[in-house]
Amino acid sequence: MSYIKMTVSTLAIAAVSAGTAMARDQVQVTGSSTVLPYSTIVAEAFGENFDFPSPVVEGGGSGAGRKKFCEGVGENTVDVANSSSRISQSDIDLCTANGVTEIIEVRFGYDGIVFASAVDGPDFALTQADVYNGIGAQVLKDGALVANTAATWADVNASLPAQTILALVPGTKHGTREVFDEKVILQGCEDSGAFAAFAAANAGDEDKAEELCMELRTDGTSIDIDGDYTETLARLEADKNALGIFGLSFYQNNTDKLRVATMAGVVPSTESIASGEYPVSRPLYFYVKKAHIGVIPGLKEYVTFFMSDDIAGPNGPLAAYGLVSDPELAATQAMVEAETPMGPLN
Amino acid sequence: MTDATASGMAVPAGRPKSSLLAQTALMKKRNASEARFKFYGVAAIVLSLSVLAFMLWTILNDGVSAFFQAKLSFPLELTAETLDPEGNRNRDEMARVTTIGYGRVLTTAFATELEKRGIAVEGVSEKDISDMISKDAAGDLRATVLANPQMVGTTIDATVLATGRIDGYLKGRVTMETAERDSNVTPQQLQLADALRDAGILGSSFNWDFITSPDASDQRPEAAGLGVAIMGSAYMMLLVLITCVPIGVAASIYLEEFAPKNTWTDAIEVNISNLAAVPSIVFGILGLAIFINFAGMPQSSSLVGALVLSLMTLPTIIIATRASIKAVPPSIRDAALGIGASKMQTVFHHVLPLAMPGILTGTILGLASALGETAPLLLIGMVAFVDNYPAASVAGVLDPATALPVQVYGWAQRADPAFIERSSGAIIILLIFLVAMNVLAILLRRRFERRW
Repeated sequence: MSYIKMTVSTLAIAAVSAGTAMARDQVQVTGSSTVLPYSTIVAEAFGENFDFPSPVVEGGGSGAGRKKFCEGVGENTVDVANSSSRISQSDIDLCTANGVTEIIEVRFGYDGIVFASAVDGPDFALTQADVYNGIGAQVLKDGALVANTAATWADVNASLPAQTILALVPGTKHGTREVFDEKVILQGCEDSGAFAAFAAANAGDEDKAEELCMELRTDGTSIDIDGDYTETLARLEADKNALGIFGLSFYQNNTDKLRVATMAGVVPSTESIASGEYPVSRPLYFYVKKAHIGVIPGLKEYVTFFMSDDIAGPNGPLAAYGLVSDPELAATQAMVEAETPMGPLN
Repeated sequence: MTDATASGMAVPAGRPKSSLLAQTALMKKRNASEARFKFYGVAAIVLSLSVLAFMLWTILNDGVSAFFQAKLSFPLELTAETLDPEGNRNRDEMARVTTIGYGRVLTTAFATELEKRGIAVEGVSEKDISDMISKDAAGDLRATVLANPQMVGTTIDATVLATGRIDGYLKGRVTMETAERDSNVTPQQLQLADALRDAGILGSSFNWDFITSPDASDQRPEAAGLGVAIMGSAYMMLLVLITCVPIGVAASIYLEEFAPKNTWTDAIEVNISNLAAVPSIVFGILGLAIFINFAGMPQSSSLVGALVLSLMTLPTIIIATRASIKAVPPSIRDAALGIGASKMQTVFHHVLPLAMPGILTGTILGLASALGETAPLLLIGMVAFVDNYPAASVAGVLDPATALPVQVYGWAQRADPAFIERSSGAIIILLIFLVAMNVLAILLRRRFERRW
């Protein structure tokens, strides 16, 4: 009995004292699963080239990551939040309420979003209006808004292949979905004239029109994928009719299985995204707690290393993986060097 | 006689004719239903076994190849000008040369060797050649050289990993046709790989690194290993064992032998059974709130992971222990008490040793389920990319680590198709551990079980 008693009490004491005694010696990163592969590539190279341990990188989503980032300052909170969309005012308010006042915003490059079908299927030359007319809930037909009944892509636009409409769209928890909604669906809604019709039907209320534009078909032609791109790929392999939405880097790693569609006549590539020709792209960010610089060993070095020309530049490993490097990299490097916190959102 | 026979044959009205030879309708129905039941039973077993066999077949089919790895062997000159420009063989000065420099040394040595052996394929650029060497090789080489600065200037026989695509070619995952469309490999590189294999430079061997190396990033599937995950899982299992067994056994003994039977103990009993059925993610949320946010323990550490898994395993162990204590016949207790043993002596000298095999089995099965758990670890930061081994001392439980099922989950999400093989390979390792634990549980039970 005394043995058991001792074990139990030692453990209890160990557990309690453990909490207070230790200092963290590695950087903790969390956030977007789109940024995760880039972040792990940098973390690995950082561990190889510096005497600091490699940062620990978690995925889980941009929103969840920023929320975790804003939990407070101290060794038990994360140092860096990866994000595939810009931080929102509500996040900043949460951060401020928890004492995270100085945030360094680092934009490290751009990422494209591509439409791809099974490799042995036909070629697709899409426009945003085609996508909207294919999967939008209500479309403009002969000047009137009607429920979308198009069965094949040829019904939408005679120049497209006569393939049954089935779009695999990222679920709403993904940052990719935001970009898809904004740059493809909303744009297509405007291009096809449906936006104006929605606005006219709602007495000029543009917010309401936007909301109506974002509604996708619910008859099984547009499927939300809550998992990752690997799930979209698996679904696409199971149903050859499907058209999936992927990040550019995922596509570049699976070019033997996927046939990429052009958007508004532009083939997605790092070059066409960098030049701004390819319309569906977004900036990628990470956010750093200034209060942790100098406290957590290696944090400043990690951020500086991440943004160095050797890593984030056009010839670095991130670009090789599918990142479109930021043309304003030098300005960001200077900003990181000076540890300038971000100003209010404009 | 004929009369008697005739009257014997005459069956009284209302009573069914019965014979051992001729089955009645009811008998037929009963026999048929028994045959049907047996058939359903066999069908259920065949169905579940075939599903299991299919699952195992898929995993083995995808995963066995993870245990073999393509490697390139060639003489490597560690040029002093590049690796130690100062020439002092001083580790700190040499540390200024990054993996990019080491990568160049590797590429040059590899290209030189190809030239010397006269291996060339039309249309393969310098970059294509350097892309055949894993990006992990430079980091490995740097670590080795920095550990032994005197190596600089010598020529060593280097064996480095080939990239995932070349590895996939040797395993049949990548073919000339897929390479045509693949942006990461060209058919010419595969032709070169054929030539290298004929020349003995490229070969495949058993991949110990898969079991011992830490995880690697998306660009280097060939270097990804389970080392950190296995260590993390081992630390957690050990901690779960030392937290759960004393607490679980003590609680069970008290509840079973000492506690009065009243509403309170009934309520506790109901709660324990309930806890055993609570979804594991709930324990993750609890762990995040208590151990990380309140007690301030480090995120991603195996200590927090183990405590969360302990909470989850504890009810299982308590239920198993109580059942095995209950199974000890009362006569044993009565006899012990009868010759003057105290209650505590009775329990610890007689009941507990007899209940031990059941406790052990329950504990091992509880541990096995904890080993396969991913969901609660998601919330405490263990589903992460961890590149450094946790320290091998007691303080190592505070270092970040991952666990085996987490690694399976993480790899299954990666973009590079080579990670599918890694993921299945990790499942094989996990299954080996689980089978070993379950076999141990059965052996212990067989060996020590006593029937009354």
